[in-house]
Parts: sequence; structure tokens; C-alpha cells
Amino acid sequence: MLGLVILLVLIAAVGLAVIGLYNSLVSLRNRVKEAWAQIDVQLKRRHDLIPNLVETVKGYAAHEKETLDRVIQARSRAVAATGVEAQAQAEQALSGALGRLMLVVEQYPDLKANQNFLGLQEELTATENRIGFSRQHFNETVMQYNTRIQSFPANILAGTFGFTEETYFELTDTAAREAPQVKF
Amino acid sequence: MWEAIQANTRRSRLLIGLMAALLAGFGALVGLAFIGPDGALPGAAGALVLWLVLLVVALAGGDGLILHTAGARRIEKDDAPQLWNVVEEMSLAAGLARMPSVYIVDQDAPNAFATGRKAETAALAVTSGLLRRLNRDELQGVVAHEIAHIRNHDVRFMTLALVMVGSIALLSDMVLRMTWHGGGRRRSGGKGKGQAAAMVLTLVAALVAPLAARVLYFACSRRREYLADASAARFTRYPPGLASALEKISGNLFARPATSELRAMAPMYIVNPLSAASRGGLLSSHPPLDERVRILRAMGGRAGWVDYERAYRQVRGGGEACLDAGTLQSEGSLAAREPSAEAVEPAAGQEAAVERARGVADLLDRLAGLLLIACACGVAIKVPADFAAASIPCPRCGRSHAVPEARSQAHDRQPDPASREKAASPEEGDAAPLTYRRRGQGWESFRCLCGRAVQVSPALSASRMRCPACRRPIDVVQG
Repeated sequence: MLGLVILLVLIAAVGLAVIGLYNSLVSLRNRVKEAWAQIDVQLKRRHDLIPNLVETVKGYAAHEKETLDRVIQARSRAVAATGVEAQAQAEQALSGALGRLMLVVEQYPDLKANQNFLGLQEELTATENRIGFSRQHFNETVMQYNTRIQSFPANILAGTFGFTEETYFELTDTAAREAPQVKF
Repeated sequence: MWEAIQANTRRSRLLIGLMAALLAGFGALVGLAFIGPDGALPGAAGALVLWLVLLVVALAGGDGLILHTAGARRIEKDDAPQLWNVVEEMSLAAGLARMPSVYIVDQDAPNAFATGRKAETAALAVTSGLLRRLNRDELQGVVAHEIAHIRNHDVRFMTLALVMVGSIALLSDMVLRMTWHGGGRRRSGGKGKGQAAAMVLTLVAALVAPLAARVLYFACSRRREYLADASAARFTRYPPGLASALEKISGNLFARPATSELRAMAPMYIVNPLSAASRGGLLSSHPPLDERVRILRAMGGRAGWVDYERAYRQVRGGGEACLDAGTLQSEGSLAAREPSAEAVEPAAGQEAAVERARGVADLLDRLAGLLLIACACGVAIKVPADFAAASIPCPRCGRSHAVPEARSQAHDRQPDPASREKAASPEEGDAAPLTYRRRGQGWESFRCLCGRAVQVSPALSASRMRCPACRRPIDVVQG
């Protein structure tokens, strides 16, 4: 009789522990999703700014068609990309194309004095800062989640219930990997 | 970060529990002393009821009360774009679901505080003196510190704890008064020996309990300051920013008269606004400033939890830990970023400082509701919001200027003051759009129906904007 009671109590205790562990894994995974949503908002913001920027530059520097086309193509690839890894690559290509455009723009003093252009440029820089900080938060959250599902005893549960490792939002380019720029 | 928040919450619960036990025990003693052997339970219950009542009163006031007490004014992105961007970036770095609303306090002493018992309704306020003096890196450090307070749910727990301290103080006050006025009568009644002993114990408790509660409260408050500093280093990845901000703030503190609202709000600010020296005693809400700075400086190009802990032990000496084990294990050392250009080049920094001071002065004029009219003779006329006449003469050359005002579209005429008051706060969207005719290409300001001075920037390309105060749509046309 006593043995049965002890067994029941043990089973109940293990069951409660499993439930607690499972729930904590779920909430961690949701945090990763939330953090991704934050990056996504900022990336969309950048995509929305680019057509305006391209139009403005065209008005002053129409014969820089090649550079402008590259930005537009990189943008449409970035919009179409799905999945963390693909999106990270597409965004990096977009950053590169935008960087070249900004170099070209240096040769057009009239364009650089255009209020509309200055406003867009400022908004773009601010958005890039925000992408940097939300990326920082996302990667921290992913690291916590990955560490958690790799460590005992969560790793036993993680396999059974389909908690898989998440990918970091990483930029391989050294310039872009640096901590967020702080211009405004 | 979640580990740190969880550990913080656990510690707060422990603190609240300890204080509740202190309060209940004190109440039980009072019951024993004044009612008799059966008085312990009702005494303890009474003390906790007192706490609940005070708590309800404190919560009913809401966060708006604190901001109002501090004289804070809410701002929008266009008012102070740099501050706004920094707050937005730090909210993202901390993973807040919503950016806190931003407020400015017109006060020359540099300081900042956060309020809001829930992260969703949080607000962050900085003084104009802070905005004027700090560069972007420093401002980022201060904002990150305040965001960390919001993230760690510090305001909620400190409210609970403060109310607990208040109830203990109130109860002990009541006991001291009762023994003073009623003690003689009771003694002549010839109660038992046990009750006399309880009486003596109660008197001792009445003297000691408030002090013990305060020591507990302030120990918790100081610990939270360290945690917020460590979080700020992590969010910004740049500990020297906050360190140099704290140095600037400490250099500009001046002893100010301790008004009651300042005393009540002292634990909320980033540095204690009352004591410039801020010696770290048992009864101070903040750790000593120079120690906080030395810890941040000792982090040496690193920015993670473990780096803060190492610097903390190095500066404080001794084996006392600052952060809990779970937090330290959750993450390795993190690299700090390079300082921004402004901090490296003194010349660029100086130019930016002048620009900043000008921006803050303009911002305060705008928030005060002043209309700026540029006269041809070079004078900038500042018109107060309640100026009634339709035109104003220039104080130097006497030219007459019409007070620019947005007019309702239905009939393009001057609205009478009564309708202006009625229109003070319309529901969003239901207000008819106003029209403002621009006179030139530069900065212009005009008065909205709600009385707020609205600025039109030369860069404005849209034809429709919204009043930042009442959100009423305004069409801007070239007049």
C-alpha cells in the first residue's frame, strides 16, 4: 500500500516536472518568434523606403542606372526571401547595393542638398540602427533557446516534442557585423 | 536576460514576503499588547488590511500622477528625434513589446526616470538638462538604464515595497501615540505579566521595525541599480557611455531643497536627486556614484553579464556577488563596440553640443506652447499660447504680424476662443481638417485650434499633417 502511494507520488512529481519543462520551452520558443517579428517589422520598413529613395536619386542621377537597378533587384530578392538564413543573405546583399548607391550619390551635390533625399537617408540610417538592435536581441534570444534545448534534461524532451534549434540572423560581411552604427 | 529578470522577481517576492512577515509580526505584537492573549491573530490581520488599503490608494493614483508631480511633458518623434530614436533602439535591444512613451522635464539638473507598473504602459522621462549635456553615446547609456528598470519590472515591486515600508511606519506611529496617551490608564487596570512584557516588546518593535523595513527596502533598491547598470552595458554594448553620463551627471548635481515630491521620487531617478555626494549608506536608495562609474570603467572593452560581475568584484573587493549564478551561466563574455565619431573627435563633439543646446531650447519653447514669428528686422517674436489678439507688433521695429493660425475649412475665418476650448480634445479622426497657408519656405509655426503651437519644417513635403497634441488633420497649402 505504502509502496503504491510512493510510486504514485513519484509519477505525479515527474509528470509535473515534465509539464513545467515543456511550458518553459514553449515560452522560450515564442520569445524567439517575437524577437523575429521585431526584426521583420524593421526589414519591411527598409524595403518600403527604398522605392522612394530610388525615385529621388533618379531625378538627379538618371545615368547611374546600373547601380539603381542593382538596388531594385536586391530589394525584390530581399522581399521574396523566406527563412532566417535566406533573408539574412538577401538583406546583406541589399545593404551592399545601398552602400554602393550612397557612394555614387557623393558625386551629386544637388542631390545631397535635396531635403527629400536627406530625410530618406536619415530615415534609412535610423532603420538600419533599429535592425541592428533587434538583431542583437534576436540572436541573444536564439542563443538562450538553443543552449536550453541542448542541455540536460530539456534535450530529452526537445527531441520528442519537436523543439529544433533556431538559426542566428548573422551577417557574414565584417563591416555589417560590427555593432550597430550610432549615427542618427 | 530572462534569468536575470526571473532572479530579480524571486528576490522581490522574498523581499515583499519578509516585509509582510515583519508587518504581520509587528501587528500580532500590537494585538497582544493592547487586546490581550487572543489579540495576536486580529492584530496581524489588521496590519495586513492596513497594507492592502494603502496599496489600493497608491495604485489608484496611477502612473500619470508621478509624471504630473515631476512636471513632465509628453513629446513626439519630431520634437526630439535623437532622443526618440535612442529610446526606440534601446526598446528593441531590450525586446520590449512596445516602446515606452517619452517625456521631458524642464529642469536644469541632468537626471532621468522611468515609471509604469506594466511594461505596456511604461513611460520614460529625461530632464532638459540631461538632453543638453549628454552626447548620443551617453544618452543611449542613460536610456538603456531606464529601459532596464522597465524590463525588470522594478517600478511595480518598488511600489509594493514602498507601501509596505509606509504601513510599518504608520503602524509604529500609531503604537507610539497610543502608549503616550493611553499608557497610564492601562497600567492602572492591572493586566497580566505577559501583557506587560508584550507591551515592552511592542514599544521596542515600534522603534526598530520601521528602520529594519527601510534598510531592507534600500538594500533591494541599490541591488536593482547595479542590475540596471549591467543591463544597460549589455543593451548598448558600450559601458563607457553610461559611465561618462554618470560622471557628467554627478558633476552637475547641486544640493537642492528637499521638497516632499522630490523626496518621494528620489529612488526612481537614475541618480539620487537629493544628495550630490551620494555616500552609500544603509539608508541610501542608490549605490555611490563613483563606484558605479568605476565598475563600468573596469569592464574594459567587454559588455556581458560575466564582465560586469568581474568588474564588480574587482572594484568592491571581497567575494560578494552582484548577479545570480543562473544569469552568469546563461551567456558568455560579450565584446563592446567602438565609440561613435562624436565622442572621438572633440571638435565635432563641440559643434554637436551647440546644436544640441539650441535644439533643447527650441523644444522647450515649443512644449511651452510658444509661437515663433520671425520678424524682418531679425527678432524672433515668441507669442504665448493664450495670446488673444489676432496680430502682434514687433518689439523692436514695430511692424505688425498676424498671429498665424490654422483655420477650419468650412469657413475660412478666425475661430472664437469659446470654440477653441470646446475643440480641445476631439476623438481621433472625427475632427474636420484645418487649413494652414504657408507664407514662405522656411520654418514656420502656427496655432492649432486646440491651442498647441505646431511647427512646419522646410522639409515638409506632404500636404497633410496632424497636430501633435490633438491629432487633428491639418492641410498645409502654399499661401
